Formats: sequence, structure tokens, C-alpha cells
Amino acid sequence: MSIRKTLQLGILFSAIFATGYLLADDHEGGGNRSLSPVSHPKWQAECASCHMLYHPGLLPERSWRKLMGGLDKHFGENAVMDRVTQQEILQFLVANSADHNGSRRSAKIASSIPAQAAPLRVTETAYFQGKHDEISPAVWKRAKIGSPSNCIACHSGAEKGNFSEDNVRIPR
Amino acid sequence: MHKILWILLLLLSASAQAASPAEALQGYTTQARQENPAFGAASASKGDAFFHATRQHSNGNKVSCATCHTDNPKQSGKTRAGKEILPMATSANAQRFTDLTKTEKWFSRNCRDVLERTCTAQEKSDFIAYLISVK
Repeated sequence: MSIRKTLQLGILFSAIFATGYLLADDHEGGGNRSLSPVSHPKWQAECASCHMLYHPGLLPERSWRKLMGGLDKHFGENAVMDRVTQQEILQFLVANSADHNGSRRSAKIASSIPAQAAPLRVTETAYFQGKHDEISPAVWKRAKIGSPSNCIACHSGAEKGNFSEDNVRIPR
Repeated sequence: MHKILWILLLLLSASAQAASPAEALQGYTTQARQENPAFGAASASKGDAFFHATRQHSNGNKVSCATCHTDNPKQSGKTRAGKEILPMATSANAQRFTDLTKTEKWFSRNCRDVLERTCTAQEKSDFIAYLISVK
């Protein structure tokens, strides 16, 4: 193949790649804008029996370590699991946590938390509170919502990490 | 191909300890007799009373099994976070008490949550006897 043809091919592929890259709007200024869907069978089985599945990218590593270290008193309930499962899930949470997954939303959550704090609730972070400051207490209490912890009531893609404003539907 | 075999093996080894509800009941009854040689057979009526008994939790709330599972074990219940709990009665949920590891995990968690202690094998066998008996 001539040098010229190689160059032409190279340019063609770069153009195709660049188009795809620009069309996918979650590639802005480095990492993904939103949280990527993640999956782990034990995480899904253990962490979604009692509540919705919270994406690991919603809290930093230190929060997940604290949470998984206190399962005997998990928001007032006993959620103890065998040690092997607990360690496996913790590693998964840490690897995809707000300070390790590379998404812009996670980075904003992480940077909104003071260095010495390890919140166990996403709702305690300044990022969450800033994003929801227009929601009145009465809205949170609606039967189909219940509390700010129930992300999935308004963000139907929450368990997959989709918190895009375009997909928000606040139930009446 | 090897990879698939390995995955299958892993799945099998990690998979649940499958059993029937009757086998689960038998297991706890045997254990109850070891704990207390005077224990005869599991009692569905004692299990019924246990399921519905309300007590005062140290956090000030009145709690019972029925708090989350509802008074009717043939109905779905709800966790405190609002998630559905499938029925406890084996007549309404064929999966109930068919995985010993899972059964033991939930006894361990929920006995602490409701009774603030572990349950005895006798209580567990009465409980299962009741939930098998509900038709």
C-alpha cells in the first residue's frame, strides 16, 4: 500500500472515530459526563433486596468502606452478610466509586464532600442538595416518592447511573 | 470452551444449597432436638403466634415479623425502604425456604432486627411449620 493510501485511510478512520466521539455527548472534557451502568450479581442480589440499587459512583471510596464496615447497623437494620461476599462487593464499590470511576458527575459529587467527611447518604452531599434545591418538602413526601433517598421515583434510570435532567419525571 | 466450563463450575459451587421447605423444616427440627432433647415436633400454631407477636423494640417502635411481611403471609410485604417482599407462605411463593443459605441469612438479620437477639432452632422450625401450613 502506498504511503498516500495509508494516509488517506488513516484520515478516514480518524474522521469516523471523531464523529462518533463528538456525537456521544457524554464525552466532554475527559471522562464520561454521566455514570456508566455497572453490574455485579452479588452487589445486585445483596444490595437491592431491601432498597433500590445505589450506583457506586454516588459516593467516594471512604464512604463505601465505612458503610460496608457497619452492616450490623445499616440505617437501623441488620444487613450482615458473609465475609467473602462483603469483601467482594466492597472491592466492586471501591473500583467504581465516585473518586475512581472517572465520570464528571462522580467527580463533582466527590469534590462537594469535605475531605474529612465520609457521608453514608448521597442526600447529605452538597452536590445532591444543590441539584435538588428547588424541590419542596411536600414533593419529597408524595406517596410515589416518599423520601429523597428514593432516586428511582423521579430518575427512572437511577439504578443504571442515569441521572440526566432530560429523563426526570416527578410523579404527582 | 474451558472458560465456559469454569464459569459453570463456579456457578455451581457458589449456587444455593437447594432444598425443599420440608427439608428446611426437618433441618431446623433436628437442630432444635439437639439444643433441647425434650423438643418433640415443630408447631405451626406456635409459629403463627411468633409471626404475629408484637414487641417493643429498644428504639421505641412496636415491631413484629408482620410489620414488614403484613399480617397475611400469603400477601407480599414491604421493606422499610419500600421494596416489595414476596410472600412468606410457601403456598403463595414456591421459592420460599428452598435455599438454606438465604433462609439462614434472613433469620440472622431479621431476628436481630425484630427480637434484638438470634432465634432458636425451635423458633425457626415453628416459623417454617406455620408458613408451610398456611394454605
